[in-house]
Amino acid sequence: MLTSFASFLSQLAQTLLVVLVAPLMLGWVSQCRAWLQNRSGPGLLQPYRVLFKLFDKDALMAHNASAIFRGAPYIQFGCMVLAASVVPIIETNLLFAPAADVIALVGVFALARVFSALAAMDAGTSFGSFGARREMLVASLSEPALLMVFFTPLLIVQSSSLNVIVDTLAHREFALYPSLAFAAVAFIMVLLAENARIPIDNPATHLELTMIHEALILEYSGRHLALIEWANAIKFTTYCTIGIALFMPWGIAQAGAWQMLPAAVAVLIVKLCAIGAGLALMETVSAKMRIFRAPEFLGMAYMLAALGMLTLLLLGA
Amino acid sequence: MQEFSPIGSEPLSGAVVARHARVDARRWRVCCEDFATRGGRLVALWGSDSGGSYEMHAALADADDLVVLTVPLAGTAYPNISDLFPAAIRMQRAAQDLLGLVADGAADTRKWLRHAAWPADTFPLRKSTVATESQTIDNKEKNSQEPAAMDAYSFVQVSGDGVHEIPVGPVHAGTIEPGHFRFSIVGERVLRLEERLGYKHKGIEKRFEQLSLMEGAKLAARVSGDSAAAFGWAYAMAVESAVDVTPPPRALWLRALLLERERIANHLGDLGFLGNDAGLAFGLSQFLILKEDVLRLNQALFGHRYLMDVIVPGGVARDFPDDGVARVREECARLEETVRRLNQIYDEHAGLQDRFAECGRVTPELAAQLGLIGQAARASGLTCDVRVTHSCVPYRELEAKIASHKAGDVAARVAVRFAEIAESIRLLRLIVDRLPLGDIAVPLLSPPAGKFGIGWVEGWRGDVFVALETGPDGRIVRLHPRDPSWHNWPLLEHAILGNIVPDFPLINKSFNLSYAGQDL
Repeated sequence: MLTSFASFLSQLAQTLLVVLVAPLMLGWVSQCRAWLQNRSGPGLLQPYRVLFKLFDKDALMAHNASAIFRGAPYIQFGCMVLAASVVPIIETNLLFAPAADVIALVGVFALARVFSALAAMDAGTSFGSFGARREMLVASLSEPALLMVFFTPLLIVQSSSLNVIVDTLAHREFALYPSLAFAAVAFIMVLLAENARIPIDNPATHLELTMIHEALILEYSGRHLALIEWANAIKFTTYCTIGIALFMPWGIAQAGAWQMLPAAVAVLIVKLCAIGAGLALMETVSAKMRIFRAPEFLGMAYMLAALGMLTLLLLGA
Repeated sequence: MQEFSPIGSEPLSGAVVARHARVDARRWRVCCEDFATRGGRLVALWGSDSGGSYEMHAALADADDLVVLTVPLAGTAYPNISDLFPAAIRMQRAAQDLLGLVADGAADTRKWLRHAAWPADTFPLRKSTVATESQTIDNKEKNSQEPAAMDAYSFVQVSGDGVHEIPVGPVHAGTIEPGHFRFSIVGERVLRLEERLGYKHKGIEKRFEQLSLMEGAKLAARVSGDSAAAFGWAYAMAVESAVDVTPPPRALWLRALLLERERIANHLGDLGFLGNDAGLAFGLSQFLILKEDVLRLNQALFGHRYLMDVIVPGGVARDFPDDGVARVREECARLEETVRRLNQIYDEHAGLQDRFAECGRVTPELAAQLGLIGQAARASGLTCDVRVTHSCVPYRELEAKIASHKAGDVAARVAVRFAEIAESIRLLRLIVDRLPLGDIAVPLLSPPAGKFGIGWVEGWRGDVFVALETGPDGRIVRLHPRDPSWHNWPLLEHAILGNIVPDFPLINKSFNLSYAGQDL
């Protein structure tokens, strides 16, 4: 009883942490980008200010918008909270972990995307359909790559549960896996594509003709837009925590190891900061690709992930 | 020209070597044909109302000549010349909207500037039309009609399997000027683009007619805010041409200094935004820092960041401060080094070059055929720079070099901008070194009514042309400022063909044309 209560608390704490810290993570990346570009930047808290502003505004909707348009933001937000709940970030004893393994996680992301694409086409504007089409082009290539990335650690550990993967990789004798290195590079590429970052998409663009992600949400306003923005922040942070869980899980506390928690939190913060700074650096030095280069980029990600798995199967490392 | 020269063409006084001739309609058409066959180009085409009877004017240029042909019209029709000069198409449509003058046999007679902002039977530039509030359509009436019916405009339809249209603008997702773009696409590929501009029409030409020659300078500098020095100079040149005075050398050299500073500032901004549109925000912040420094020095030296109202008819309004030479030299050294390094970064950035190269190509043949001008023309291999081809003081002495590139793509327009910044830095140094001493302005006498004057200046975007006709008491009877965007907007429709939709912002930015300057 006590254990289940403890794990409930742990689950609640971890989920809340990701949901609340997610905008800060986006703010950190933007701030790093600003520093790298010689700008002073809007500050770490800017995403929160944007969310407050948007929640405070009225939500306008097209006259012909259907229930899908209204419901999609909530579905996306729900999906992302669920995704955030199954990734261990400071402790592996997650109550919700059985709800979705890594493969189901891909499905959860896909569900959110399907609804965002449907909602984009719902109002019948050309930009919405444009965005939906491009989003699906990117998604159709990034999803298989993401699955391939997951297969490598999954085969090493022989389990598809993130809890088990982290437990095993973090708390056993240290071993280098070249296969994981391949998978990690592929994962970074997928992360950039899935989160509408440069070089696939430009999160800061105001050019409606080049947008992918922004085009999907052009029709949204007020609380709906706030939920979508927040969900995207959670998605981005969750991707970062997945990366941590799979490729650098050291420091995540084992179930019930309460004395390790402060250290685990500190390590998490350091890792997230490092990942944010690294991504900002990558985004600063690269230009956005032509949209038709995206398949090449994601094809490369898929190849690398497949190579990682081959390495594992052939060399066992 | 031999055929036409003897009959009453008179040289125009002023800085630009030019002639003015009054001809009849048949001869007008013949002269235009003559120019077109000899590879000349149309500089500007505009109409005027001389109290009930109308005139059309065409400014034509070839390698060493600039001729303004005026044709008095019996009615409201004049010979179509858009078959000779494609750039005339929109100018003729504008003349129809503003003056009700009709080009005989023109293929495209759709309205251009009129967006149902005034009744179809009202022509704002006619003298009988008094500029008042009541000329605009009553708001109640406007609201009672469907916007589509009010503003019926037949875009060219493209049909076929999988072809669809995307309307973009005039309200855009970012803060930019309004313009409507109608894309016909298959997938992401653009089959056709049609522009619909005129959203920024605000009656500037009509406003000029209420002003005196001196007051007009202020408005001229604001025709297109990014070209304040170019328009200011062209306007001053036109007034000086009509009044027949020559400003002191120091004023002319200072004007060149202003013009080159404007060129540098705008090119720096464009280069930054081109990087940004390709997703390299680093470029934007670096170039904007440089541009800001230039603007701040403008403020310090001339009292205005965008150099408005420094150039006045007769000279310049402010003298160059004593410490100016040192500050400009210091700035040049810093700019040269930083721009050189940024140029290297742009050149060596694989991702950026992948976006720039082969994107939005305008071949030299197409550019010559459709009459591209300015920096975009130089990126398509045309020798087109008024500073060099029709040079006036002080450019004759400065010997500016034409930047040139053959590829005609976005990369070429970027390269031309880099080259022109370097050249302008060289010119700035020369100017501050050799700046003559003396007065900075001469007083202007009121010219007699009916005098004609022109100004022609190579602004950063392309050549700016101003034509002026004086009235009694030193007032303006007709003033036509022609922004280079008139010539280059139609080329944008061709540059995008075969490219993909997401590349349009980049191509558009590489031309960076003015909406305000051409909608007037």
